Amino acid sequence: MAAIKIPANNRNIANEIVDRPKNKILFRVAKFNPRVDTHTKYVDYDIEYDHWNTVLDALLTIKHNLDPSLALRYSCRQAACGSCGMIINGKPALACFTKINELGSDLVKIEPMSNFPILRDLAVDFTQMFDAHKKLKPYIIRSDSEISSSDETKEFIQDPSSVEKYIQFANCIKCGLCNSACPTMATDSLFFGPQALTQAYRYLTDSRDQGKNTRLKIIDDRHGIWRCHFAGSCSKVCPKGVDPAMGIQFLRGYLLGFRD
Amino acid sequence: MIRESTIMKIHYATALGSVALVVIHILFRFTQNFHDSLKFENVLINYSLLPYSILLELILILISIHGFNGLRIILLELNQGKNYETLVTYSCLASMIALITYGSRTILMASMGMI
Repeated sequence: MAAIKIPANNRNIANEIVDRPKNKILFRVAKFNPRVDTHTKYVDYDIEYDHWNTVLDALLTIKHNLDPSLALRYSCRQAACGSCGMIINGKPALACFTKINELGSDLVKIEPMSNFPILRDLAVDFTQMFDAHKKLKPYIIRSDSEISSSDETKEFIQDPSSVEKYIQFANCIKCGLCNSACPTMATDSLFFGPQALTQAYRYLTDSRDQGKNTRLKIIDDRHGIWRCHFAGSCSKVCPKGVDPAMGIQFLRGYLLGFRD
Repeated sequence: MIRESTIMKIHYATALGSVALVVIHILFRFTQNFHDSLKFENVLINYSLLPYSILLELILILISIHGFNGLRIILLELNQGKNYETLVTYSCLASMIALITYGSRTILMASMGMI
C-alpha cells in the first residue's frame, strides 16, 4: 500500500480529519437465496462511515466485517463497469456512485434491482438484458470492411457532427438501471427494454452503419419499441446521462416516417 | 400478419380522428339547450340527419378500433405466451367487429325510424 507523507505544517489538519467522529447509519439489506428462501428478508447493520464513503464502501464493510455471506456484484468502483446497480432507498442507482451523505437519511434500504431474476441477495441475472442487447445487433453492420483481402486497410471517416448524433448514447455501461426502472419491463418479460432499444438507436444513427432496415425490422415487434410508454424513468436513473427515453422516441420516428 | 408499426399508425390515426369527430359531436349539443339535446326524442331526430348518422358511424368505428387495440396492448403487457397472445389478438378483433356490427345496426335502425 502506498504511503502518503503529510507535510509537517499540514499534520494538524490531517489529524483532525482522521480523528473526526464517524457518522452512524443503519443499513437495511435485502437477503434472498432463491434455492433456499421463499421470500426476501431484511437484515439490519449499524455502520460507521466517513463523509466520503459510498454505499458500495458500506456494503463491502458489511461483507468484510459483519456478514461474509452477503452477495453483491461490483468491480471498478468508479461508475465505469456498471456492475453494482441496486435499489437504494427505493431508487435504482449505482452503489459506487451514491455517497451515503447525499442520501439524507438515517436509514439506507438496499434491495436488488427490480425486473431482473435474483441470483442471490443483491446480485441479479443479466441474461435477458444481454440477450435483448445482442438481438439488436450492437455493432457496425457494413457490406465492406476496414480490412480487405489485400494488405491495404482503409478508414471509415466520421466528422464531429456525425459523432455528435450518437456519442451520448454510446456512453451506456450496461448497468441495467434503466431496465430496472422501466414500468413496462415490470409486466412484459419479452419487452426489449430501454437499454437494448437505445443501443439500437446508437448504431442506427452511426454514419458508418448500414444495418438500419435490419434493426428497424427487429424492433418493430409486438414486444418491441411500441411498448414503451415514455414514462421517462429510464432517463432519470441513468448514471451516464444517456437518456434512453429520448433515444427510443427518436427511434420511433424512423418507424413513423418522421426520420430518414 | 400486420406489422406492429402499421397497427400503431392506425392506433394513433384513429385517436386523432376520434378527437376531431367527438369535438363535432359535442358541439352539436350546443345547437339547443344541453339538457334538451339529450332527450330521447331529440336524440332520435339527430339520427334522421344523414351526415350526423355518418359522423356517429365513423366515431363508432374509430373508437372501437382504437379501444380494442388499446385493450389488446394492455393484455399483451400483462401476460406473455404464444397461445395467450393469439387468443387476446383474435378475441379483441372479434369483439371489435361485434361492437361495430351491433352499433351500426342501432344507427341504421334509428336513422330509418325503426326505433
